[in-house]
Amino acid sequence: MSAPAKLPRWAELGLLPLINLAAALILSGVVVKILGESPWAAFKLLASGALGTQEGIGYTLYYATNFIFTGLGVAVAYHAGLFNIGCEGQAYIGGLGSGLVALWLGDSAPFLVVLPVAILAGATFGAAWALIPGWLQARRGSHIVITTIMFNFIAASLMTYLLVNILIKPGQQSPESREFGAQALLPAVHELCAKLGLTFSPSPLNLAFALALLAAALVWVLVWRTRWGYALRVTGQNPSAAVYAGITPSRIVIQAMLLSGALAGCLGLNELLGSQHRILMDFPGGAGFVGIAVALMGRNHPVGILISAILFGALAQGGSQLAFDMPKINRDMVVVIQGLVILFCGALENVFRAPLGALLARFSTAEKNAAV
Amino acid sequence: MVEKSVAPALELRAVDKRFGSVHANRAISFAVAPGSIHGLIGENGAGKSTLMNIVYGFHRADSGEIWVNGLRVDITSPQAAIAAGIGMVHQHFMLVENFTVLENVVLGVEGGALLSGGLARARAELEKLARDYALDVPLDTVVSELPVGLQQRVEILKALYRGAQILILDEPTAVLTPQEADALFKMLRRLRDEGKSVVLVTHKLREIMVITDRVTVMRQGAIVGEVVTATTSPRELAEKMVGRAVLLRVEKSLAQPGVTLLAVRDLEVRDRLGVARLKGVSFDLHAGEIVGIAGVSGNGQSELLEALAGIRYPVRGSILLGGHDLVREHVGPRERRALGLAHVPEDRLRMGVVASFSAEDNAILGYHDRAECNRGALLDRTAIRQACEEKMAAHDVRPALPTLRISAFSGGNQQKLVLAREIDVDPRVLLIGQPTRGVDIGAIEFIHKKLVALRDAGKALLIVSVELDEILGLADRILVMNAGEIVGELLRADATEEKIGLMMAGVKGEGAV
Repeated sequence: MSAPAKLPRWAELGLLPLINLAAALILSGVVVKILGESPWAAFKLLASGALGTQEGIGYTLYYATNFIFTGLGVAVAYHAGLFNIGCEGQAYIGGLGSGLVALWLGDSAPFLVVLPVAILAGATFGAAWALIPGWLQARRGSHIVITTIMFNFIAASLMTYLLVNILIKPGQQSPESREFGAQALLPAVHELCAKLGLTFSPSPLNLAFALALLAAALVWVLVWRTRWGYALRVTGQNPSAAVYAGITPSRIVIQAMLLSGALAGCLGLNELLGSQHRILMDFPGGAGFVGIAVALMGRNHPVGILISAILFGALAQGGSQLAFDMPKINRDMVVVIQGLVILFCGALENVFRAPLGALLARFSTAEKNAAV
Repeated sequence: MVEKSVAPALELRAVDKRFGSVHANRAISFAVAPGSIHGLIGENGAGKSTLMNIVYGFHRADSGEIWVNGLRVDITSPQAAIAAGIGMVHQHFMLVENFTVLENVVLGVEGGALLSGGLARARAELEKLARDYALDVPLDTVVSELPVGLQQRVEILKALYRGAQILILDEPTAVLTPQEADALFKMLRRLRDEGKSVVLVTHKLREIMVITDRVTVMRQGAIVGEVVTATTSPRELAEKMVGRAVLLRVEKSLAQPGVTLLAVRDLEVRDRLGVARLKGVSFDLHAGEIVGIAGVSGNGQSELLEALAGIRYPVRGSILLGGHDLVREHVGPRERRALGLAHVPEDRLRMGVVASFSAEDNAILGYHDRAECNRGALLDRTAIRQACEEKMAAHDVRPALPTLRISAFSGGNQQKLVLAREIDVDPRVLLIGQPTRGVDIGAIEFIHKKLVALRDAGKALLIVSVELDEILGLADRILVMNAGEIVGELLRADATEEKIGLMMAGVKGEGAV
C-alpha cells in the first residue's frame, strides 16, 4: 500500500541523490573516525585529490570515461527490462577486439583508419559477448542475471588463456601483449592542449572521453527520440503491451543486449588505446560493476549517468590520493566508501524519500496558508 | 450520548483527508447500523477508497473521529483496525498463491512458533465459521488452484477468523462472474442476518439496488446523499453520483448490416499447457453492426480477442480479413492494423497502455512506426503532441495534458484515450474488450455513444463484455460463449437476460452455430 512518495522533479533528480550522497559520506566519515583519522581532513584530501588540481581532474575524468561506457551499457539493457551484470566481461572482450586491431594496424595504417576500425571491433566483440546471454534469455528464458555473471567468469578465463599463451610478448614474464604501434594510440588531452598552445598537466585523460560523451548523446537520441527506442522502452515497461503493439519482445531483448555489450565493449578504447597502450590482465578493473551503480544512481538517463560517472571517477581518483596520504586508510577503504555510496543511492534510495516528501508537502501547504 | 437506540456499528465523524493539493475526503460523516449492508457508491476518484483505507488504517485522517459500537477508536494501522473488529476484502486479493487456504487464513495469527497447534485450532474454528455462514472452502487446496469466487471467500474467511464484526468489501464483484456475484450476495445477506455489518464499496448501481439496505453517495470527496435503498432508483443514484442527468442506456436505430468484413472459421486456440481454449469457433462480422460476445468470463472470450488481434496464434482455423487469411499467412498485430483491424484490449493496464508513459506516448502505442509519428530517423515529437491534443479534444479526455503520465488519469479518461487511438486511424473492424471496465458512469455514456456512432459510420464492431447489461444495450447480434464454443446466437430483438443466461450456463440455444 505504501507507494513511494511522489516528489517534485527537482527534488527527485537533484535533492534526493544529494541527500543520499551526503548520508553515504557521513557514514564514511564515521568509519574514518573509527580508524583514527580526521574525517574532515580525509574528506578534504579526497576532494582536493579528485578535483583540486589539473592532474586530479584529468584522472577523475579518465576513470569516469570507463564508467560512462559501462553505465550506458547497463542503462540500455535496463530500458528493455534486463539487468545486465555482464558489462565487466563485455568490456573485457570488447577491449580485446580494440586491442587486436591496435596490434594489427597500429604500425601500418594511419590513425584515422585505425580509430574507426578499433571502435567497430570493440563494439562488435562486446556485442558478441552479450549476444549469447541475450539470445538465451529471448529464446530459452535463461535468466540474464545468471548468464551474464557466468559470462564474466568465462571472459576472465578466456583472456587469461589468451594473454598467457598467445598474446604475450615473447621473452617476457608478465602476461601482457607488446605495445601498440604509434598510430593506434588515442592522443592524451594534455598532448592535444599542447598542440593548441594550452597547458594541461599530464594525465591519462584522452580522446576516449569525447567518444564517451558522444556515446551518451547517441544513446539519448536512440532511446528517447527514435521508434526503436520507443519499442525498447515499451518492452521494458510492459511486455504484454509490446506484443499488443506489434513489437516482438524477444527481438528487442537481443538487440538491446547487443547495444549494451557494444557500449561496454568501448571501454578498451579508453583503457588500452588511451592509457595502457597494450592488452593486459584485468584491465576493466571492476568498471563493469561500478557501471551498474552509475546507471542506478543516474536513473538510467545519459545525463544522470554522466554526472554519477564523474562522481565515481572522483571517488576513485580522490580515493587513491587518500590512500597515498593517509597511512591508516588503504585502497580497500575507498572501496568501502564506494560501497556506501552504492548502498545509499541504490539499495536504500527510498529511505529519505518519504520524510523528504512529507517535509516538502508541509512546506508547500504552509506556503499556501501564508499566501491566504 | 443518550442510549436511545443501539449505537452504530461504525460511525465516521467529520473525517477529512488531503493528499497535497487534492482534498480526497471533505468532512465525511456517516454511520453504519449493526446488522445491515451499507452501500458506498461514487465514481472513480470520488474518495471512496481513501475513506475505507482510513477506516482500515492504511491512511490516517487529517482530522475527524472513528467510532465503533459507540466507542471512539484510534486506528493507526490495519492491526488496530482488526483489533477494533474491522475486516477488509480488497479488490486485489492479498493471498499467498502457493499456500493452502488454511495457511493463508492463519498467516500472521499463527499463535506460536510451531505451526501445527495453530493450524489445528484454525481448522476447527474455520469449520465452525463455514457452518455458521455457509462459507464452504476446501481448506487444504492451494489458493492458486481456486476460482476467483472462492479466493474471495478465503479473504472473507480471513477477516472473520480475525474476529471482524464490520466487513468492508472494495469493488468485490469487479472480478466475479454474475453467478459468483450472486453467491457472494447470498453470503453477505447471511452475514448480515447473523448480526455483522457490511460496507460495500462499488460503482455498480445494480448491485447497490440488489443487496444494500442503505446507500451513501460520494462525489468529489464529499457525501452528496444518503438514502434507504428501497426508496431510491438507479437513475436517482446515478444523477447524484455524476451531478447531472445521465443516460443509462444508449439510444440507437436498427442496424443496417452490410458486407462481411471479418470471417472466422473453425478457430482453435490452445494455451501453453495444450488445453483447447477455443474449440472450432466460426462467425461473420458485417459492416455497420455491433456483435456482442456474452459469456461467463474465462470461457474463451479473451483467447478469441487475442487470436483475432494477432497476439495468440491459433492451431487451426482461419481468420479472413481484407482478402487475407491472417492465420495461414501468419499476419502479426502490426500488419493487422495496416489491414484496418483495431483492438481495444480487455485489460487496459496490462496491455492497452504503458502505465509509466505519458499520455502522448501512449497515444501512439502500436502506431509508433507510422509515417505520421516519424520524421526521418527520429520520432516527430511535435506531431505526436499535436495529434494527442486533437484526440483529447475530440474525445473529451480530461485533463487535456499530453505530457501527463497516463496513470494519473482516471480509468474512464484512460479508456477514452485508448479508444481515440484505435478509432482515429479509421479502422474497418474494431475489436473491443470490456469497453467500460473501471470506467465511471459519465464516461460510459460517452463511450457507448461513440461506439454506436462508429457502427452507424459502417464499421464492424466486436464487443466482449462481462456486463450483460452492456451487451444488451449495445449489441445488434449476440453470440454466447461457453467452454470455448459459441453455444448460441441471438438477434438483439430476440434476446432476453434469461435466454442468454441459460446459454451462458452451457445450454445450447436455438440457432446454435
